[in-house]
Amino acid sequence: MGTEVLLPREGQPAAVAPPLVEVEGLTMHFPVYKGLLRRRVGAVRSVDGLTFEIRRGETLALVGESGCGKSTAGRTILRLYRPTAGRIRFAGRDIATLEGESLRTLRPKMQMIFQDPQASLNPRMTAGAIVAEPLVEHCSFTPAQRRERVRALLDAVGLNPDFASRYPHEFSGGQRQRIGIARALALDPDFVVCDEPIAALDVSIQAQVVNLLMDLQAKLGLTYLFISHDLSMVRHIASRVAVMYLGKMVELAGVRELFESPKHPYTQALLSAVPAPDPKIEASRQRIILKGEIPSPLSPPSGCRFRTRCPQAVDLCARVEPERRVLPGGRSVACHFAQ
Amino acid sequence: MSEATEAYPAAAADPAKAERGQRSLWGDVWRQFRRHRGGMAGAILFLAIVLAVFVGPSLHDVDSQALNVREKNQGVSLLHPMGTDNLGRDMLARILAGGRISLAVGVTAMLLSLFVGSVVGVLAGFVRWLEGPLLRLTDLFLALPLLPLLLVTIMLFRDTLRAMLGPETGIFLLIVFVIGITSWMQTARVVRGAVLSVKEQDFVLAARAIGTRERRIVTRHILPNVLSPIMVSATLGIATAIITESALSFLGLGFPSDFPTWGRLLYDGVNYVQINPSRVIWPGLAISLTVLSINYVGDALRDALDPRLRGR
Repeated sequence: MGTEVLLPREGQPAAVAPPLVEVEGLTMHFPVYKGLLRRRVGAVRSVDGLTFEIRRGETLALVGESGCGKSTAGRTILRLYRPTAGRIRFAGRDIATLEGESLRTLRPKMQMIFQDPQASLNPRMTAGAIVAEPLVEHCSFTPAQRRERVRALLDAVGLNPDFASRYPHEFSGGQRQRIGIARALALDPDFVVCDEPIAALDVSIQAQVVNLLMDLQAKLGLTYLFISHDLSMVRHIASRVAVMYLGKMVELAGVRELFESPKHPYTQALLSAVPAPDPKIEASRQRIILKGEIPSPLSPPSGCRFRTRCPQAVDLCARVEPERRVLPGGRSVACHFAQ
Repeated sequence: MSEATEAYPAAAADPAKAERGQRSLWGDVWRQFRRHRGGMAGAILFLAIVLAVFVGPSLHDVDSQALNVREKNQGVSLLHPMGTDNLGRDMLARILAGGRISLAVGVTAMLLSLFVGSVVGVLAGFVRWLEGPLLRLTDLFLALPLLPLLLVTIMLFRDTLRAMLGPETGIFLLIVFVIGITSWMQTARVVRGAVLSVKEQDFVLAARAIGTRERRIVTRHILPNVLSPIMVSATLGIATAIITESALSFLGLGFPSDFPTWGRLLYDGVNYVQINPSRVIWPGLAISLTVLSINYVGDALRDALDPRLRGR
């Protein structure tokens, strides 16, 4: 026991590692009911046919603007929702239709870190009880063993283990997020979905938390799905980036290729919004300002979903939905014109 | 362990502080409760009432049923500290004897209605397919004309229960049951509303992601966070139960007519309010003080159970 509870695992280089999570045609529609008879009048198509894989030990970033289905995708992959269609393979096993106890036994291997550290911690439980909850649910530890493990976990995320008896409101935002991370790590997971883990934090704390996540990844061989809209942070932490627009994945590429030469017009617009640290470059930065607003996921546009705001859209885009094509270098993009 | 102590020398230097990990929830609650002045006053008053009611009769050794028509409608005296009624029965003895029943009925009926209300409310708020049926059931109970229902229930079951359990226990159980079963609806509605808002919070989703069983999600995450409305209905419920019991007694359907309860004493006194106002004042005061003290206790308990308010 003691500090040995957080055993480092063999990390493999991401490029050759086998996929840990494979998502195929993942679709999540939320039905909308209306009227006196609660008739089904349509569905919010939050996630529509996502296909990608996450390799063991890598960090795949999922980016896109608010409401594009990033968080829904992350939660569906963790089976917090039941997908409308599609397959989710976790470590080779299809978990899209698992229910009840067989899903529960799988939970320890996949965990989640939430956006709002305030809301994701039960205000009536102490930090120790929060971190111990997964242990209570899945391990047959004695109370003394559990206490020891909780102290080790708090220590591992950089919190004083003596804080275990404090309540969430007695911590700062960054410390609360560390508690959330400790809870996610309690069961030694392989895969962690980080749902905008830094969006609610001060800028000065964001770097600390991201660096903590990266340290833990290096030490424990974790695989991350990092959901974010902070592109500079994504560039820092991710190995590959997937860009979503209105429930569809428009581009998937290695982090360097994506930031150096974005292919999809939406990615280009997104990247043009990132401020440059150098004031000279910043002054000459050409922003692509998109027209209009993101269409409603209740009735997405025909053909390419981005066509209503795309500066390059032509007739073809309204008629034919572009499939995601693999380009040289292993990257893929869903646009008729991308080369 | 060694790493931890190196990194945090303060913790190693002060072993007493490290022990704080074992500080218990109820210890904290009690510490905070003691700091709530109203709550402490309420608790002491309530304990005093309970003590008086259960120990008092052995100190004030007068039979509450003994008639003495020559001493009827007397005022305050050493022999009769609260005076006598129109049949010369000692009021203090009757208040003490009546308090036992009233308190027992009030607390038990409140617990019953609280239990039913919380279970219905949590289920209606948490289990989607039960929501409709349970809400309709609640509406049904709310729409029932209560007094006729009470009358019919008591008429139907009084004699059977009396024969089975004896006159006092039988009627006690019947009254507690009848009051409890007809007063849970408000609690259920309030609790359901609170559950609906709590269950959408991220920490419930986090518990799901951990793989916490639904039952545990309810007991560990939902229930503690809907405690405030439950406490409020609990404190109000005791008052309602005491008053309902007196209404039943007034209609001659509660305890036997020579059997004193606070509500009964109050109603009996109403006719004599001009001759002898103390006959209304004393039982009224007893009911009010009990309800007031319980309200304060509930208030303090609710604050003490909320860690965010604790330590302020």
